[in-house]
Amino acid sequence: MKYAPALFALAALVAWEAAVRITQVPSYLVPGPLAIIAAFLADPYGLLSSLASTLLVTFAALCVAAILGVALAVAIASSRLLAAAIQPWAVVLQVTPIVAIAPLIIVWVGDPFASLVVCATIVAFFPVFANTAAGLASAPAELTDLFRLYGASRLATLWLLRLPAALPYFLAGLRISGGLALVGAVVAEFVAGSGGFASGLAYRILEAGYRLQVPRMFAALVLLSLAGIAINFGLGAFAAMVMRRRGDA
Amino acid sequence: MLQLASVGRRFGHVEALRNVSLDIAAGDFMALLGPSGCGKSTLLRLIAGLEQPDVGSVTWDAGHAPTQGEIGFVFQDATLLPWASAADNVFLPLRLRGVAREQAAPLVDAALERVGLHGFAKARPRQLSGGMRMRVSIARALVTRPRLLLMDEPFAALDEFTRHTLQEDLQSLWQELGCTIVFVTHSIYEAAFLARRIVLMTPRPGRIDREIASPLRAGVEARLDPAYAGLVAQITREMQRALAA
Repeated sequence: MKYAPALFALAALVAWEAAVRITQVPSYLVPGPLAIIAAFLADPYGLLSSLASTLLVTFAALCVAAILGVALAVAIASSRLLAAAIQPWAVVLQVTPIVAIAPLIIVWVGDPFASLVVCATIVAFFPVFANTAAGLASAPAELTDLFRLYGASRLATLWLLRLPAALPYFLAGLRISGGLALVGAVVAEFVAGSGGFASGLAYRILEAGYRLQVPRMFAALVLLSLAGIAINFGLGAFAAMVMRRRGDA
Repeated sequence: MLQLASVGRRFGHVEALRNVSLDIAAGDFMALLGPSGCGKSTLLRLIAGLEQPDVGSVTWDAGHAPTQGEIGFVFQDATLLPWASAADNVFLPLRLRGVAREQAAPLVDAALERVGLHGFAKARPRQLSGGMRMRVSIARALVTRPRLLLMDEPFAALDEFTRHTLQEDLQSLWQELGCTIVFVTHSIYEAAFLARRIVLMTPRPGRIDREIASPLRAGVEARLDPAYAGLVAQITREMQRALAA
């Protein structure tokens, strides 16, 4: 059971390679796994340094999204006025297609790295914000009453009750945001790459596409997928560790 | 200690309480007894100051107005912080009053020992049984040495054996500490065993029907006293009459 995903992936790769060889489809249309590996090995440094650039944007955006998401969730949990003022704009951010506004952000922000981080943050922000807000509201009413009865200040209630209650929600949101930050970084890199900013795996994919280096394009895509899986599992392990250390699991 | 005078409380179209008047004296052990939905919990929350009456008043005797920590509250669920140890849960009311952890430690240890949880200070709520969690909740309510302890069906979710043990322990604590207890229950047996004053409530809207004074001597053997069966029969008759009226 433990090895089922790996075995399934291996079987799929073997079937893919066999299908490509049997049908003799050209590699500029559909490259086989071996051609993709060969393309990666032809320039591992270039692809890995681009991956590092994409991951740097991803983690910077995730950190900003986490800080911003928690801060705004605390703000809306503390004040109905702030909730009424902030919530609709948070939804606007969530539903706005980043592809549509990325060119504007890149122009407005100016600095390429900062503009990529802003774009990825916009995509990654909502799950942390929405989950943390739900978590802050999840403290049982009886415990809230108990804090009131003992004359707890709002700050004490937030620190000792609402934030700890929101922790599992925040961690679940962070895990979703991790994948979205990567997607946001890649989308922003595509837009920036079209404008001539050479950085990140998305730029390598664009570049390989223009040159019809389809196996290299696939190699970059595989690296992106692996990065997404690693982020998801990494954040899952981080959440499990935090909850275990707190004594919840 | 405090008086409720012609208190009424509405929640939208639902009239939860109507014209409730009650005197609670220092040292009382009072049971508020009635079926679900008769406003017992609302009445308890009014006494605690967690709700305000729409009409009527809740007045404390001069010199009796409670300060922070002088009212303890035990809910139907143990309502512990799941991420905190038993000791940290008991420490909570003191922490909220600004008492330092080192200064509070002997009080927390004493409260845990008083409810029979010596040796479980570091246990998390999920590592404790339902009865033990409720003991932690009681220890948390007692750690500030409250003058008034309000309990909202605290043993309702427990099995019969645990409930009996906790009822006996609570009665011992009441005798030992001399605090005032207002105990909400819908169990006639529980009210008859525990309380000195049994206040019968009727629903829709919640009203006080009558009050019965317990003839029993507080103690473990009260359950075996023939007067206990008589008291249960009396409460049952009065409750049937009140509900049929």
